[in-house]
Parts: sequence; structure tokens; C-alpha cells
Amino acid sequence: MRRAFPRIWPNVWVRDDEGGRLDMSQRVALFVTCMVDQLFPKIGLAMVEVLERLGFRIDFPEAQTCCGQPAFNSGYPEEARAVARHFLDVFEASEAIVVPSGSCTAMIIHHFAELFEKDPTALARVKQLSERVWEFSQFLTVVAGAGDVGAHLEDVATFHDGCHALRELGIQSAARRLLRHVRGLELREMEPAGECCGFGGTFSVKFAELSGAMARTKIEAIVRTGANIVVSLDPSCLMQIQGVLSRAGLKIRGLHLAEVLASR
Amino acid sequence: MAGAFERKIHETLADTRLQQAVYTATGRLKDSRLAVIAPHVLPDYQELRAHAHLLKRHTVDHLDHYLEKFQRNVESRGGQVVFCNDGAEVTDFVLALAKKRGARLIVKSKSMTTEEVDLNEHLEHHGLESVETDLGEYILQLAHERPYHIVAPALHKTRYDVAEILTRRLNAPHETKIEKQTAIARAVLRQKFLAADIGISGANFLVADSGAVVLVENEGNARLATTLPKIHIVVAGIEKVIPRAQDLAVFLKLLARSATGQLLSVYTSFLSGPRRAGEIDGPDEFYVLLLDNGRTKLLPDSAKRQSLYCIRCGACLNACPVYRKIGGHSFPWVYSGPIGAILTPQFMGVSREPSLPFASSLCGACAEVCPVKIDIPRVLVELRADVHQSEARQKRNRLEKLAFRLFRWLMQHPRAYEWAGRLAASLANSADGGWMRRVPVLLNVGPVRAWLSQRDLPPPPSRSFRQLWRQR
Amino acid sequence: MSPNAILDAVRAALGRSEKEPAPDPPPVRLRIPDVSLESRIASMTTSVEALAGRVLRAPTPQHAGRLVRERIANQNAVASNSPYLDECGIRGLPNVHSGITKPDELQKLCAAADVGITGVDYALADTGTLVVLSSPYEARMISLLPPAHLAVMACSRLLTGLDELFTLLPDPAVASSSMVFITGPSRTADIEQILVRGVHGPGEIVIILVG
Repeated sequence: MRRAFPRIWPNVWVRDDEGGRLDMSQRVALFVTCMVDQLFPKIGLAMVEVLERLGFRIDFPEAQTCCGQPAFNSGYPEEARAVARHFLDVFEASEAIVVPSGSCTAMIIHHFAELFEKDPTALARVKQLSERVWEFSQFLTVVAGAGDVGAHLEDVATFHDGCHALRELGIQSAARRLLRHVRGLELREMEPAGECCGFGGTFSVKFAELSGAMARTKIEAIVRTGANIVVSLDPSCLMQIQGVLSRAGLKIRGLHLAEVLASR
Repeated sequence: MAGAFERKIHETLADTRLQQAVYTATGRLKDSRLAVIAPHVLPDYQELRAHAHLLKRHTVDHLDHYLEKFQRNVESRGGQVVFCNDGAEVTDFVLALAKKRGARLIVKSKSMTTEEVDLNEHLEHHGLESVETDLGEYILQLAHERPYHIVAPALHKTRYDVAEILTRRLNAPHETKIEKQTAIARAVLRQKFLAADIGISGANFLVADSGAVVLVENEGNARLATTLPKIHIVVAGIEKVIPRAQDLAVFLKLLARSATGQLLSVYTSFLSGPRRAGEIDGPDEFYVLLLDNGRTKLLPDSAKRQSLYCIRCGACLNACPVYRKIGGHSFPWVYSGPIGAILTPQFMGVSREPSLPFASSLCGACAEVCPVKIDIPRVLVELRADVHQSEARQKRNRLEKLAFRLFRWLMQHPRAYEWAGRLAASLANSADGGWMRRVPVLLNVGPVRAWLSQRDLPPPPSRSFRQLWRQR
Repeated sequence: MSPNAILDAVRAALGRSEKEPAPDPPPVRLRIPDVSLESRIASMTTSVEALAGRVLRAPTPQHAGRLVRERIANQNAVASNSPYLDECGIRGLPNVHSGITKPDELQKLCAAADVGITGVDYALADTGTLVVLSSPYEARMISLLPPAHLAVMACSRLLTGLDELFTLLPDPAVASSSMVFITGPSRTADIEQILVRGVHGPGEIVIILVG
């Protein structure tokens, strides 16, 4: 399930010999995801801020909507295929696509192929495109070779591994490395780490009580760290965790990695 | 959605003692597994998993070939293979044999396959005594319950529960020391073993090239049940076959580690046919009942077929955040946890419990720990689609289908999508500058209500990202 | 109960025809590490002791015989018919029953015995496992019914692990109707995950390594 690193990157992105960095003037297309677009635009803005700080030029293809994951996970493959095709159309011309969500990234680079298993033409397009799709923290660390992005935040944070970022994309150290470079920020690991927050898309409403119970176990682990901030790569996990924290009257804030890295 | 499944989930979540017990027990099993697959202990763990997956895939893809080979080789060693469509055929075979041999007492070692077909109940109904001999299974048989967990069947029972069961069912003295409870069970079961006419076991593996049955256990009850009685009957699913004895070097390294965190279980028995000339002990008769019971229904779909690779280690249960909350008895059939969520709908039909494949956050922890790399989340997603198809035939759950059709249309039409998003946001923010709580109509939309039953929802932003982007 | 109905259903589901051959299975995966005898002995000892078993060393068969005699003093033992136990002078000890060939007789003796004494075919050093194949020399129940199991073996029988065993015995069914691996004393953790030894099989296991 995990991609091998480093991935093959189109020639224009070849690293120079000196610092292992890329030509930062390249254009990057944002796929902000429907959730960030509609519910958490500040995550999108923070991502733009960080990428521009690193010298990237940003495109936002306005025809973008969703990757189709809600339909795919809910067992509506036809609907998911239609939305996935739309995604392919919108981003076909983009050289690098950055996504502020581990689970949407995993949808595109792993599950699109399952959706189009029996459609060789679409499958070929998927293979071409998925090579150019990057989860935000992976893009920063692997493609941009970044560690310190000039962020500054005086606080104590813990990191929540989103399930798909962790298990389907194999992201564990990338996000933590970026967080350790944030000046003033103390990172504390929660125990156990890597357990699901209980969101799971429609699962969170079809089995609301169970989903809530899973989230409460998660926030117990968060609270035990004594952190004031819980950082994640996934807006959906944050919505769940923040929602339960808020219901419990706890003051811990949920922040996307981009928001932390945008702070100065 | 308030069927038996949902009710049991609710009850289990409300039982704080059970919550603690299941979470702690599965947590320990999880940690034990991690300790013995660590890179410095088993550096080639991932390679072994990949190889085990290939072996299982190959065997299941050519299952007829390996079953025939297995049958030939069992017969060449003096055993007999009987193919059974369902539990009734298994029961009939055992009853007929018992009658012919005048057998009354059967000792059984732990087998999920016989749990599938309620073999004990059927045999006892016909006047035979059939005793479970694994300690946990014996306790559950006395309590008339089914296993809570594939490898730790009595995981939900405390020593006080056990004391009560032993006193009530065996007239044993009330004893809450676990060592003493074990000794009580050992003494009773030892007499059963010495007197038994027939031993029935399951099988962890059927080795095609050898015509052998492999049993893995810790207590010694499977060895006793397959050594002392004159007749040994194996009841195994047709998917248990592997090509060669040498492949056990791969599977045995994975099975005990994944199941209990042991390097090997205490006893592994490799049994090929009845006692041979010159051998001192062992059964005179050896039968292998190969059970279908719905397994062939899993074969046509090449993605779902992988459900049959399962070696019943239970690691996915321990890793699963859902199982750890709802326990084993919330599940509608003998198999619980992630593997149960994919086996039950396929064996019993999706309508047995249509919401079962949806009871997962698709977190992937099960696939991560599966020693034969079954992509359980993928099978779950496919089963969800199967449920929708069956619902469509019955014209059920139409509102959700309509919603996803609308979703599909909106997501292909960016302007409509934008407009709908803003409309929803303004509705939510409209009443008195407040938020959804003040808009009863929105609050009563099923998913919103369900969400808010557990957690808060952030107020929608006044502008979407794309609006903000345009303003830059 | 027609065998063909199920096989036919399997073939139909897989799109295969009757008697259609299968391609070769994935290659056998057996890797034998190079481990010295001393390391194997050390590893065997550590593994068995981790399981609460004991490993004793005896320089010679006679010495092993003495160790056994001391261990079973005042006890009632059953020994297998293994020629190696003869070599150690164990089968002739006064409180040892041996030479039994009838299963019913053996069952009665084993059910009443304090100790069962066997030889072994092999042992696996990396897991602390004994490998015993059923034969005219080794019955199955001697290592199973009595509450304690004494196994006596020459060091040369100590293999590295499963891979080496299955290299030496590609198909154990050729040699015997029963091969059993014994890894530590019988145990259960079925009640509250509390470990209890000796639930059905021997709760005590002692391995005497000779040489």
C-alpha cells in the first residue's frame, strides 16, 4: 500500500546538486478538497501562505470539487467514478497537485485505480495523474526538501496520525519533522498513537454513538499529553476531534499542519 | 437503524466493565504481537506476509486442484475425505458413524468451523454427549454462549463469572482462584478424554501434498482429542488447504505471532491419517469432513475471494477500534471483528445484517496486521455496494441513494456545487446570526442530528475558499 | 454428500475445468541461517527457559541417565521405547515402565504416571521446540498425559528452526502419521488472560541435552 520513495518526478522537478532543493518557481496546483473549500477555508489559505513562502506559484483550478471519496467509501462506486472522472479532467494538465488531506490523497492515488480496474483508458490516466498528486506534508518534505519553513508558534502540540495518511501513504515522520522545526513549539507524542479518531465519513453518522465513543478514547490520549493543540493532516479528523473536544468543554484546539506552519 | 446489531452495540458501549475488559485484553494481545514481529526479532516479517499472501492466493485460485490432491493423499494414508455442503451433512455423518460404532461420548477441540454449524447442539439433540475441551470453549459451552473472540473465546468472562458457571453447572465448590478453576476443569475433562469414543477437531491447515491436517493449540486438548479416541474426525473449511508441508515454515511463523504473540504455539500437530502399522497409539479411523457452508459463494469475485485467505489468528480483532468498543457478541454471527464483518455478509447473505459492512471507519488497522494481507477495507467497501444493490431491489433506503445521485451531479457541476454550498452555509448561519441549533429544520436532518448527538459542529465560514481565492 | 457437487461449484466459480492443471505454486521459502552448535544450545536454553521449561546439560548419555534417575526418584514414570533412552540407561530404571506396545495399556500407565520420558527426533533452537514423530519407539501420549515431560536428546539433533526442519523433512507424512511440535509446557490464558500452566498437557517440561 505504501509508495516507495523517492518517487519519479517529471524532469523539470529534478533536484539541483547543492541543497537537494527544487526549482521553487514551479507552479503547484491546489486541490483543496470540498471539505476545506466549504468548511475550513483557512486551512487552504494557510497552505497557500506556506507554499508561497517557499517560492511556489499557486494555481487553483476553479472547476475542482471533490475526489469522490464520500461516495466510494459509502459503497456507491458509480457515483464515485463520475466524480473521479471530473477530478481527472480538472487536474489532467497540472504538473504537481498538492492536497491538504491524507485521506483524499489516498483516495486518488490508491482507490481511483480500484474504481477504474475494468477501464484501461481511464486507468492509464489515473496512473499518470496519481504520480503527481501529493499530500501537503509529503510535498513539503519529499518534493520541496523542506524542514524549517520559517514557522513560529509558542505552544505545546501533539500530532494525530490520520489513518489513511499513516497506513496508505506511510506518512509518519514527515509531518513530525516539519513540526519539530517550528520555533517555540513543543511536540509531545500521544499514547497510543495511530488509532482511529472514529470519523470514517458516513460511519460518523450511521454509527454515531460508536464513532463518538472512539473519538472520546482518542481525546483521552490527547488530553494525557497536556498539549494545547492537536495537529493533523486531515480536516475530517480535525472536525471529529474538535467536535468532541468542544462538546466536552475542553480548550484544546485542533489545527491543520498548514495552519501551524503558516504561523509566524 | 435500530436492529439487534445497533442495540447490542449500544448495550456494550454502556457496559463500563466490559468496555474496560475488552479494551485491556485486546490491547495486551496487540502489544504481544508487536513485540514478536519487531524487526530485530523477525526481520523478514513483511516478506513472510507477502509470501503467505501469494501462497493463499495461488491455492484459493486453484482450489479444486488442491482439494483433489489433498483427498487423494489422505486416502493413500488410510484416511477418508467427505465433502459436506452444510452443517446438516456434517451432523449426519457424525451421527451415522457414531451409531455404527456404538459411540456415545465425543471430545471436541476448539474449531470455529464447527461453531459455524452449531455442531454440539445438533449432536446433543440426537443424544450424543459432545464436550468442548478448550478451557475457554468449555466454559462457554457450560454457559451456553458463543465465542467472544476467535482466539480468546471467553475474553469477556471474569473469574467471578467462571466461578458461578462452574458451581452452577458442575456443582463444583465456589472457587475464584484461576489456577484452581483450571484444575477443576482439567479434572472433569481428563475423565472425558479417557472415556471418549470420538475426537472432533478443526484444522488450521490442510496440507495437500501430504494429506495432512495441522492443528495449532496451547493447552494440549487438541492432542488429547486426536490421540486417545479410536476415531478422529476433522471438520475443516475447504479454504484451509495449502500446497506443501514446507509452506508451514511460512505460515507457522506468522500464525502464533499474530494470534497471541508467541513464537510458536505450545503444540503443533501434523497428522496424516490413522495410526500406522507399528505405531503404538493414535486413532484407528481418520476422517476429514471438508465443509463448504457458503464458501464457494465467495469464489467468483476475484477481489472478495481473498476473504478466504484468513488463517483465523484474530489479530484484526485486536487491532480494530470498532471491535475494541463493541466486542464480539454485538456481531450477528460466530465470526466477529473485521474478518467477521466481511465473512458474515458473504456466508449468510448481505440481508442477514445489512448495516454490518458499514460499521467500520475504514481505518485500515485490520489490513495492516493481517498476516496474509487481506485487504479487509476494500472488501467492506465492495460489500457496501452489494448492500445497496440488494436494497435497490427491495426499494429500500431510497433517500440515501437519491442524496448520492445529487452528490454526483453537484460534484460534476462546479457552479451548482458552489451555489449549493453557499446556500447551506447561509441557511445555517441565517437565524439570528446563530448556528444550526437555532434552525430546527436543519437539526432534524438525520445525519446532522446524528452528528450533533455526539459532538459539536463548527459554524460554516462566511466565505468558501474559492470565494476567498478570487478576492486575492 | 457428493464430492463432485462441491468441487464442481468450486470449478464453476473459479472458471476452471475438470482436471485442469494448476501452475506451479510460489517457490518454497526456506532460509537456514548459519548458527554454531554453541549458539543453538544457548538459544534453545533461553527460549525454553522463557517458557518456564528447564534445560539441563549432560556430557554423556550415562550422565543424562543419572539426571533422570534423580529427577524421578520416588515417582512413577513411563518411558518411550526409544533406543536413545536405552543408551542412557533410562528404560531399565526400577520405577520406569517401558516397552509397552498396546495403546490401552499405555493409556492406563500414562494416566497414572507422574512423569513421561521420551526421546525426540529434533529440536528447534530459535523457538525452544521439541519435534517428536510417532513410531514404534515413540508413542504420542507419553509426552502428553503425565503432568511432567522429560525429554532426552543428543545435541546433534538441535536444528536452527522450522526452515531447517522442513528442509530435512520435506514431507513428514512419509515418516509418520503424527509429528508434534512441543514448545514449552501446556498453558492457557483463557480466564482473564492469566497464564496457567499444565491445563491439559504437562505443566512441567525438562529437556536434557546430551553432549
